[in-house]
Amino acid sequence: MKNLRERTIFAAQLAFTLLVAAFLVVPAVRSMLAGVTESYFLGIRSGFTLQWVAEVWERYDATILRSFAIALATLAVTLVVGVPAAYALYVRGGRLARTVEEIITLPLAIPGLAIALALLQTYQGFGAFRRSSLFILVGHVIFTMPFMVRSVMAVLAATDIRALDEGAASLGASAWRRFRDVIVPNARGGILAGSLMVVTLSLGEFNLTLMLSTPLTMTLPVGLADAYASMRLEVASAYTLVFFVMIIPLLVAMQMFAGWSAARGGRR
Amino acid sequence: MHGIGAPSPRTWGEGAQAQCTQPAMRLKTFLLLCLLPLAIIVIAFFLIPMALLVVVGARGPTGLSAYAAILLEPRYRATLVNTVLLAAATTVATLAIATVAGIFLQRHRFPGRAVLVAFLTFPLAFPGVVVGFMIILLAGRQGLIGEITLALFGDKQVWAYSMVGLFLGYLYFSIPRVILTIMAAVEKLDPSLEEAARALGAGPWAVQRDVVLPALMPAFVASGAIAFATAMGAFGTAFTLATDIDVLPMLIYSEFTLSFNFAIAAALSVGLGLVTWAVLALARSLAGDTVAAAG
Amino acid sequence: MSAGGQDHGVTVRVEACAKTFADGTRALEPVTLDIARGETVVFLGPSGCGKTTMLRIIAGLEQPDAGGRVLFNGNDVTGVPIERRNIGMVFQSYALFPNMNVADNIGYGLKIRGVAGAERKARIAELIALTDIEGLERRRIDQLSGGQRQRVALARAVAVRPSALLLDEPLTALDAALRERLRVELNRLLRTLGVTTIYVTHDQAEAMALGDRIVVMRKGAIAQVGTPRDVYFAPANRFVAEFIGAANIVEAECTDGALALPGGRLPLANGAVGGKVFAMIRPEAVAIVAPDGAALSGRVESVSFVGDRQRLTVSGAAARPLLVDAANSLDLKAGDRIGLKVDPAAVRLLPGEGP
Repeated sequence: MKNLRERTIFAAQLAFTLLVAAFLVVPAVRSMLAGVTESYFLGIRSGFTLQWVAEVWERYDATILRSFAIALATLAVTLVVGVPAAYALYVRGGRLARTVEEIITLPLAIPGLAIALALLQTYQGFGAFRRSSLFILVGHVIFTMPFMVRSVMAVLAATDIRALDEGAASLGASAWRRFRDVIVPNARGGILAGSLMVVTLSLGEFNLTLMLSTPLTMTLPVGLADAYASMRLEVASAYTLVFFVMIIPLLVAMQMFAGWSAARGGRR
Repeated sequence: MHGIGAPSPRTWGEGAQAQCTQPAMRLKTFLLLCLLPLAIIVIAFFLIPMALLVVVGARGPTGLSAYAAILLEPRYRATLVNTVLLAAATTVATLAIATVAGIFLQRHRFPGRAVLVAFLTFPLAFPGVVVGFMIILLAGRQGLIGEITLALFGDKQVWAYSMVGLFLGYLYFSIPRVILTIMAAVEKLDPSLEEAARALGAGPWAVQRDVVLPALMPAFVASGAIAFATAMGAFGTAFTLATDIDVLPMLIYSEFTLSFNFAIAAALSVGLGLVTWAVLALARSLAGDTVAAAG
Repeated sequence: MSAGGQDHGVTVRVEACAKTFADGTRALEPVTLDIARGETVVFLGPSGCGKTTMLRIIAGLEQPDAGGRVLFNGNDVTGVPIERRNIGMVFQSYALFPNMNVADNIGYGLKIRGVAGAERKARIAELIALTDIEGLERRRIDQLSGGQRQRVALARAVAVRPSALLLDEPLTALDAALRERLRVELNRLLRTLGVTTIYVTHDQAEAMALGDRIVVMRKGAIAQVGTPRDVYFAPANRFVAEFIGAANIVEAECTDGALALPGGRLPLANGAVGGKVFAMIRPEAVAIVAPDGAALSGRVESVSFVGDRQRLTVSGAAARPLLVDAANSLDLKAGDRIGLKVDPAAVRLLPGEGP
């Protein structure tokens, strides 16, 4: 039994929200369309084509592949380094753990530009390293590590891993066996969530990567900036479309996973 | 690593004695091994470089006063003020917009709501460069707003390459983040508090003013701080929108790549880092949660 | 009704109010009830019986299904939102505003109504005295104990001089000892105020202590309406009999004005018809007599010392074991044979119905 006043307020709020949504969505849709249209100026009337996408691949194939490679490598490093570290921090607890957590989270509080400058300054003498993709990898690892560590620590805390750990220990399992057989399998959820996050962040990272890369070691976002500056709108849009196609499934996967694991967690 | 496990006990109690002193040491060593790679990486690729940056900032032609330059030199000060004002305006606008939309979405269920929420949050992981491009498509020379105003008023409005464009860009990447936080906070509100206020006679505005908004304050502080810190350090958006926009990250970039003024760039970076970190630390102490800027 | 003073508030009439929720749950079957001015009515029943839904419909937080009406003093308020019904409500969780201190919480309703500062302060002070929480005015909500919060919630609801006071299980969140103490205070307060009060609880002791009338509810419908004595001594059906206090439900054939039981015969009051009947006997209505020569006898199965009496389980007298209360002075133990005597007037016949 909503009265007129309630209905008006609802309509006004809905209109406002739709406007904001349009602000966010419309340019994205336009960009996706422009990437497959003959001519942006003429619009859809000019017909659909994949020529721009082909041109993007022609120019930037190495860049796109490099982005994938770096993202996967970042994931590998954060898994191998971050998961055991998260476990150790969780078990240790106390002030040391909190301090370490603070330190590894610092890169999030400091603008990527600053971190990149710092790395450049420190390693400018190591020519080969500085010019390689490895340099970019390092930046990405520093930036994404806190997400993996925190995600794993959160799931360890939520499932009371300590009880399982002690149970396994009482049965005689060594620290390594416990880690392998009990900790990691039960931390799957946090590891997966963290992994999705790391890959998504790495693929989209620009602030750090711009400074750390060279014209020979560009990543996708850096290529995007290049395209926006120097290519025609259709090519830039096509390139953006490629990026969307890569990143949006990851975002959807993260949202779905978050919802699914929240539902599971609630039932415990 | 097969042999490190439990020795098979021959009689009850024997196994336990053999194990007694082992596990504790094993665990400590193991934990150390777990933390070592992380420690090496963080020290080599973060702590040392950052420390070096602070030092280099003081080693330029003007020495330590490079750090004061951010406040003293008129050009730098103007940039700093610009950046702070822009970040503040972004924060306020984003909070207002996200609160209205967030409360509305969390409180009402209607067909298409899930789609609307998806629309509002999908730009979450867009890098600044892409956001810049979005703004160009919206308000650039061939942008949508230009087309509309041309059709309506005969005058093509181009906002993308001014402060307005940058502001719109900052809104674009702040709104999704803040809306999610606000919606999560609204979900946790205790409905009986609002019912109690209504029972006491409070109309809808009074309920918002006296119960809902005060209860959302921690969420406002936390997400506002993140929005502010992100806006302060945002680089990609300004980079794409380029031209004459004067924000701190762009200044740092141009000092480094165009003027090769490394010491100034370093000093400015450290300054920017300190301000960002301080804002987040303040928000964390007020909201009691770990907050972080991203992007 | 108020103790010696006037009765305040409105008469409340609930007319054919039913409630089906959006997910299909049928919370309330059509219910009609009249509540007199100044009366305290308690809705009593197990969880899920619809008592809270009933309260929320009267408050205006839920709308009854089509056809249902709520009337205050004969005026239809069904379409009036809660903020304009001028009721006072105490929630189960108290719902005190954490961003205001005690005094501001209590004065909130007055502030909304535009009462001037000085008058508001005076009224707040009056209520603080009434609910016995002097000295807590400046405290923040999270610094209060459970009992203190309950009093603040009450003071806040009463401050606006509501036309009806609605309480949703206000004592449930407290521990047993505190609950008992506050129940007495609450009773005193309600008598003093004399305002129409609607109280929801699942605790039958509370209901009997506080209510002028009790509305026993079950699965969305009213099982019985009556004074505490009515409901206790003359339950309308088996559910009410078993929900209020302890009851022995005896199912037996009635022949020659008495129940035929395994352990003997139990005379019934005049006018009892023949056939199968369900009889309710309260444990305290059974007297213990010498087994030899008694019309009804049985064997003691167990003895529980409850404090002020002993509760026996007696087998063999009826088809199922009987609960019998005995004075502490009687020396009884398991295995003893005893005789049972019940005043026919204390045996209540219930309409035959399933569990």
